[in-house]
Amino acid sequence: MNILKAKLDVKLPHFRLQADINLPSHGVTAIFGPSGSGKTTLLRCLAGLERSPTGCVQLEDEVWQDEQQKIFTPPHQRSIGYVFQDPRLFPHLSVESNLRYGLNRTPKTKRYISWNQVIDLLDLGPLLHRRTHHLSGGEQRRVAIGRAVLASPRLLLMDEPLVGLDMQRKHEIIPLIQQLRDTLHIPIVYVTHAINEVLQLASTLLLMEEGKTVAAGTLSEIFSRLDLDQYLNQDTIGAVIETQIEAHEPEFSLTRIGFNGKHLFIPQQRFPVGHALRVHVLSRDVSIIIGPPPRQTSILNVFEATVVEIGSMSPDCHSVDIKLDVGCPLLARITRKSMASLRLTPGQKVYANIKAVALSHDLLGML
Amino acid sequence: MLSYDDLQALWLTLQLATVTVCVLLIVGTPIAWWLAHSRSKLQTIVEAVVALPLVLPPTVLGFYLLIAMSPQGIIGSPWLQFTDATLSFSFTALVIASTLYSLPFVVQPLQTSFEAVGSMPLETASMLRASPVDAFISVASPLALRGYITATVLGFAHTLGEFGVVLMVGGSIPGKTKVLSISIYDHVETLEYAQAHTLSGGLLLFSFITLLIVYTINRRLPIRVA
Repeated sequence: MNILKAKLDVKLPHFRLQADINLPSHGVTAIFGPSGSGKTTLLRCLAGLERSPTGCVQLEDEVWQDEQQKIFTPPHQRSIGYVFQDPRLFPHLSVESNLRYGLNRTPKTKRYISWNQVIDLLDLGPLLHRRTHHLSGGEQRRVAIGRAVLASPRLLLMDEPLVGLDMQRKHEIIPLIQQLRDTLHIPIVYVTHAINEVLQLASTLLLMEEGKTVAAGTLSEIFSRLDLDQYLNQDTIGAVIETQIEAHEPEFSLTRIGFNGKHLFIPQQRFPVGHALRVHVLSRDVSIIIGPPPRQTSILNVFEATVVEIGSMSPDCHSVDIKLDVGCPLLARITRKSMASLRLTPGQKVYANIKAVALSHDLLGML
Repeated sequence: MLSYDDLQALWLTLQLATVTVCVLLIVGTPIAWWLAHSRSKLQTIVEAVVALPLVLPPTVLGFYLLIAMSPQGIIGSPWLQFTDATLSFSFTALVIASTLYSLPFVVQPLQTSFEAVGSMPLETASMLRASPVDAFISVASPLALRGYITATVLGFAHTLGEFGVVLMVGGSIPGKTKVLSISIYDHVETLEYAQAHTLSGGLLLFSFITLLIVYTINRRLPIRVA
């Protein structure tokens, strides 16, 4: 099993990080949490830039830190790539020399990523002979990512690499990171506090708050848990479903996607049939019907469902989240008033309605 | 225009300043680096010791060095054992004295520029497989280039002009320890104002041109350390 394991306890002036993680070392793992929750410190400990007085860090069979055995591999020997929040390009070197800095220091036997691959993928060719301070913000990020990747890291740590960029630049760079993941197969640990970056990039999610790791698991697992809604923005609560495009209906501008033998209509997508698509179904866009669904309704997406769990109800909140099973978990948000009249109980058979228009394009992650 | 004696003094002075600056850069770099990056409590004490020659009368420094470098002194006696030569009143004694005397003029600009570079570029380099020494050579020192230029020039110029310390530990032996500033003093004492003018004017012009070149380079340097 490919794993990244760490047990850390670091005291900082205003802050204590206590983390115990056990993550898959492939694909993208997102570390998500509010500012000041210890995400960056965790990343720095993994890299060896910060040293936890007790604890251990291990990637697969390589132990980087084990304080009981007095093992501590210095950062430069860990084969880690690190993309910092600010690009941190070397100002005294040209773009090309920046890109070659790590590459030149990587033994030939350890190189699994080629110069051409990275230059083409990140479209760095036109920038090579420029000076770093003549680059735009987005270009600097691309060079910083390219420089880290060219050192053929076993693990790439990215600390909010898109922070400070405008929406358009973000939309340009996210697909590039997806390509690093899918074409170059670099395992990535990605720190962010933007949930849409998580949805578009990550397969695993680690939630952090106040220096502690709260939960970890696949995106579908974490997003279908009712006990974690306090850590997520209320507007982003809802199940994440991995689907596939089954057919396009251009006459209605719709696309049919399937998961576990079920179908869902969403606004037409530009991807071909068979393309994997991750959808985020917000709980506020799912409603519940008891009894047979009406024959005539404008709602396209109706599913038989079983009530699994009822979220906690607080007297000062008008709504409650319900976890349903439609072949995969689905969250629905109803008012407490509806809850009182429907008297839902776990195990009960109901129907779930998803408004087709509720699946806004912004929340569709590409896989 | 210049007498043989004066030429000899000029040549000796240039030799002394060059050797001293080289020694200072080698000795000063680790001290400045440590001062810029250490969080040790010793730091303040070391900083004060390094800055001491700025305020200490040169004759005081020269006096203690003279005692230390005498054949019975703590530096002079082991020196005598190992090299079979006395240290005081030699060129080596001048280099040692000048190094101590000009230390703050090299350490302080280096420290300032190392602090300006900070630890971020080094961290970045370490994440690109560079060892600490490699990162220092390939990233930190080029980024601190202005500091090195300033340190070299100040160290050189300050050594050119030293008088008190050199007189104390070197005496005034022509061709061996008689440097320019002492020649100027001798000329003035014997009322040879013309020679004193030539040497003084030369030093003045040299100092000014050096500083002008340095500031020009410094301003045009494409490296931004911020």
